[in-house]
Amino acid sequence: MTEQQPLLHMQGITKEYFGNRVLTDVCLDVNRGEVLGLVGENGAGKSTLMNILFGMSVIGQTGGYAGTICIDGKEVIFQNPFDALKAGIGMVHQEFSLIPGFTATENILLNGEILQDNIVTKVFGPRLKTLDLPEMRAIAEKSIELLGVDISPDTLVSEMPVGHKQFTELAREIHRPEMKLLVLDEPTAVLTESEAQVLLTSLRRLAATGIAIIFITHRLQEILDICDRIVILRDGQVVKEVATGDTDIGQIAELMVGRSVGAKSASTSGYDKDTETIVSLDHLWVDMPGETVRDVTLEIHKGEIFGIGGLAGQGKLGIPNGIMGLYPAGGAVTLHSKPIRLNDPAAALAAGMAFVSEDRRGVGLLLEEALDWNIAFTAMQAQNKFLRPLLGGLIQWRDDKAIQNVALEYIKALDIKCTGTDQRAEELSGGNQQKICLAKAFAVQPDVLFVSEPTRGIDVGAKSLVLESLRTYNRKNGTTIIMVSSELEELRSICDRIAIVDEGRIAGILPPSATAKEFGLLMIGKLKNEENKVESHE
Amino acid sequence: MTKKTGFNDAISRVFIGNVVPIMFIVLIAFATPLSGFSTGYLVQEMVTRLGRNSFLVLSLLLPIMAGMGLNFGIVLGAMSGQIGIILVTNWGISGVSGLFLAMAIATPLAALMGWLAGIVLNRAKGREMVTSLILGFFINGVYQLVVLYIMGKIIPIKNSALVLSRGYGIRNAIDLKGMRQSLDKLIPLKIGDISVPVATFILIGLLCLFIWWFGKTKLGHDMRAVGQDMAVAEDSGIKVERTRIIAIILSTILACYGQIIFLQNIGTLNTYNSHDQTATFAVAALLIGGASVARASIPNVFVGVVLFHLMFVVAPMAGKQLMGSAMIGEYFRVFVSYGIIALSIVLYAWRHLKERERARRSLRGAKES
Amino acid sequence: MNRIRAFVDKAGWPRIIIAMLLLSLFIVAPSVGVRVDQSMTNTIVRFGMNGILVLGMVPMVQTGCGLNFGLPLGIIAGLLGATISIELGLTGLAGFAGAIGFAAPFALLFGWSYGKLLNRVKGNEMMIATYVGFSSVSFMCMMWMLLPYRSPKMIWGYGGSGLRTTISLEGFWIHILDNFLTIRIGPNFMFPTGMILFFVFMAWIMWAFFHTKTGTAMTAVGSNPDYARAAGINVDKMRTIAVIMSTVYGAIGILVFQQSFGFIQLYNGPFFMALPAVAAILIGGASVNKANITNVVIGTILFQGLLTMTPSVINSAIQSDLSEVVRIIISNGMIVYALTRVTRKSR
Repeated sequence: MTEQQPLLHMQGITKEYFGNRVLTDVCLDVNRGEVLGLVGENGAGKSTLMNILFGMSVIGQTGGYAGTICIDGKEVIFQNPFDALKAGIGMVHQEFSLIPGFTATENILLNGEILQDNIVTKVFGPRLKTLDLPEMRAIAEKSIELLGVDISPDTLVSEMPVGHKQFTELAREIHRPEMKLLVLDEPTAVLTESEAQVLLTSLRRLAATGIAIIFITHRLQEILDICDRIVILRDGQVVKEVATGDTDIGQIAELMVGRSVGAKSASTSGYDKDTETIVSLDHLWVDMPGETVRDVTLEIHKGEIFGIGGLAGQGKLGIPNGIMGLYPAGGAVTLHSKPIRLNDPAAALAAGMAFVSEDRRGVGLLLEEALDWNIAFTAMQAQNKFLRPLLGGLIQWRDDKAIQNVALEYIKALDIKCTGTDQRAEELSGGNQQKICLAKAFAVQPDVLFVSEPTRGIDVGAKSLVLESLRTYNRKNGTTIIMVSSELEELRSICDRIAIVDEGRIAGILPPSATAKEFGLLMIGKLKNEENKVESHE
Repeated sequence: MTKKTGFNDAISRVFIGNVVPIMFIVLIAFATPLSGFSTGYLVQEMVTRLGRNSFLVLSLLLPIMAGMGLNFGIVLGAMSGQIGIILVTNWGISGVSGLFLAMAIATPLAALMGWLAGIVLNRAKGREMVTSLILGFFINGVYQLVVLYIMGKIIPIKNSALVLSRGYGIRNAIDLKGMRQSLDKLIPLKIGDISVPVATFILIGLLCLFIWWFGKTKLGHDMRAVGQDMAVAEDSGIKVERTRIIAIILSTILACYGQIIFLQNIGTLNTYNSHDQTATFAVAALLIGGASVARASIPNVFVGVVLFHLMFVVAPMAGKQLMGSAMIGEYFRVFVSYGIIALSIVLYAWRHLKERERARRSLRGAKES
Repeated sequence: MNRIRAFVDKAGWPRIIIAMLLLSLFIVAPSVGVRVDQSMTNTIVRFGMNGILVLGMVPMVQTGCGLNFGLPLGIIAGLLGATISIELGLTGLAGFAGAIGFAAPFALLFGWSYGKLLNRVKGNEMMIATYVGFSSVSFMCMMWMLLPYRSPKMIWGYGGSGLRTTISLEGFWIHILDNFLTIRIGPNFMFPTGMILFFVFMAWIMWAFFHTKTGTAMTAVGSNPDYARAAGINVDKMRTIAVIMSTVYGAIGILVFQQSFGFIQLYNGPFFMALPAVAAILIGGASVNKANITNVVIGTILFQGLLTMTPSVINSAIQSDLSEVVRIIISNGMIVYALTRVTRKSR
């Protein structure tokens, strides 16, 4: 469908977060009835761009944005999501925003119910109008019908399968008559194959009625199936805008991942290719909400720095969390050929593994305690370090002096900026907090060290220091390091081998010198063919 | 998904869902013959107590709907009602007009108290129940300050029969002879030997109607949404904080009226003690009627009042028969009140935890089942 | 100026107000005929009486189990110990030690079951603690009447059965700690050295415990349970240990309280006893998930000081008894205040 002017026109969108440029001069057009695919790696700027479009408060709170947004040629400024809704933009988020105890009808019309006046409203106000349930039901039914699915409007959300919940969310957005543009963020992530198919069909039907759709995905098949055009974002810029028919898989993958600057692939292979396997994973599965691991089999060699990459939500973070017992897991993990008991953090630590979590503030630190405690704690509890046995070993007395000393040691080694060993962890900057987490893991002196997102949220200077200290630790002590990261460049700069995780499975393992295109292809999802049947874990 | 509906299945579902009332029925069936009370006596007692207590228990429903749990803060409403009664007695206005006047005067005070409680509870999200409990104790202290020291000194009390011998502060017990049973006997009705407080039941009926109607309004619907998921409600544009405060204000005002109805039946105001057990007994009754911390409906109220008060009446005599001491029966009924609340909260907390665990798993990308 | 502002921010207004109030009461005292040395004695004695009960709050708060509104459970264990000790006719130091000895197994059992219960209801601990406390006191009301006690010092006279409501410790171990190494200065000042020493001893044990490996683990659990779990700590086990400690301190605390008070209070005596202890530690600067021994000392002194001074000063001044009302308002007000403070994301 061609119109003289696009429904949505975003021009010159630029955004900075605390001096960090996340979007640069982004231009985006969407026409009526068109399905636009928005593709990009983590951190490419997709979410930020959509947050700006949808008027989310976080944008205004962090300095606003530059550029203009026009709907049907008229410039608009959204102060909050309700402004965007009124202008006809709807968004289906990744987390369901549904009331479990309400029916589909009630959810679809949440805070948009059809009301009837009564005597009391004159006195006590409009909130005492009564609900017109039959009318509401009719509207909900129409909405559901438009999607082409079979859901009874009286079903309770809590009793629906996941797929139907997704459709209910969708129905809520489209029931509004003024709906013009719909944004969907990875909507098929929670759906089964068949449900995903139904969804895509519904979206096509919607587009045929004139609704424009922005479809954020990384799944190649979906892109090819329903998108009319594709916009590829990378590092906050539009690197390509092309009609689906005019491009191919390889180009998409390469553009998504590649860097214009030459990759500084440092020669990191300091390990012997014939070394033994130190850690092996066999059909590992991990139930970590948002990062599910379905079936991972890997062999990691002693002394190497092994990288695990992939897009967000595909499961790479689940791997170390599952092995270290933080989330329910199953399958087989062996270390030095000895099986490791899963779902037991103490066992993993005792076996000689340590973990620097991606969730620094949530799991990695005791924010209200001193940093020396933070550093020494795991070693103290798992290995009885920094303790003085009294009364013949009956009492393990905490050796505060020893704790202080080890903290001083690491403050020096990692150049941690602080006012002293007793400074509370929450007062340090993000970079220094991360160094504390590293120190905590180093203090355990593990044989195998898992590090998740080691440089997330850290400034550039600290980033290189963290990576350098990991490399040094590996060189000096021969510790095997398994590093999980969303930043491919970071992995390429210090890892010996890099595995890419997609849909909870290993898509492939590449050397750091592989091209962007090869990495991109692994991340972008497979074309639909025979295999990829999901295994049940009952 | 096909549900196996067999007769046995339905029976077991009804049984498990209503374990508490059923346990109670068994208990009472055992204790009642022991107590030696005649059926006629018990029926009269139940009719009277239904009239006396139902309004109070009904006032607990709205906060539960709004997801705020058991509102122990209804004692704030009770205290407001008591102040209304004191003032009306001071002015010498008796009868039903006195009663309604007391309600009218106490309403703004109860609304203020409810608003205050709502604000405090909004700042203690997730801990509403224990906060409302302690807030009740706190306001009780303020109430005592007002009634024991400020009334008579700074607030003039004409009626010297109300004032303590030292010259200020309200007496411990006030005979409400003007107001006694004024509502109950307004429309007299006797069915055989049982006298029925018709006017009171009419008021209760009106309240039930109001609650039923309220559930169909936007405000009531919003309250339910807020009660189930504050974040989702907030995202959809519902003013969550405001809705919660309104729920508490309504609850407090209803409790105020409920306490006035309670006192007109009893006929005596124990200035410093009448409200002590108001919240505990009302909550216990509601829970015994099959309600939970997260869900309560009008049938729970009436079933609960009957079961709770039956137990209350028969316990001392049954205790005397069984153990030789009526005191044991009295202690037993207090124990049951607290015990049932403890049990309900434990069950609710445990189930809540389990539900959240399950929800986390089925959210994103969980194992296909 | 900035330092004063920082101090105020850290201490919090309620504490400052209460401290000022107490100070002014002490200053005003002589002018209304209340002796300062008498008041100080009373304050110190009440501090000793309540100190250990307040100490018992610390383990549970530190481990993230919230404020122990279920203190009555520990108190009941102590009451059982005391009554058994009297039943066996033990007097003096043997009586006191016997009371502790007999209370201990009960305290351990109660604490262990209570701990297991709290582990199943994470996030709602305080409410459940309150009602477990209330229910057990009500339950014991029945038990005090039914348990086979026979000592004539304890049961109702004239051939009745069941224990009396209050039992005098005269002739058993009344003031056993108070009178140990007492320091008297003039007729109006007494320092109950024995009781204070005992408190110091119990505080020292707690301090030492939190310096061990287990104690350190417990602190981490309260500070961030996910961190603790990732470090291999069994969170549930730590919480149970904390609850047991709290219950045991409650049992010992009530025995110390009683030896000074002179009476054992049964039936509904323990009903509201958790509240003053909770209020005291909050006044001392603790929050819902962080408490230390300094909080205990400061809080108990301030709170008990206020409770001592208010009636004597105000009663003398305006000739009436405000003490009960003041106690209710301050202790409950403090708790409501603490409950409305936003803490780290509550689960």
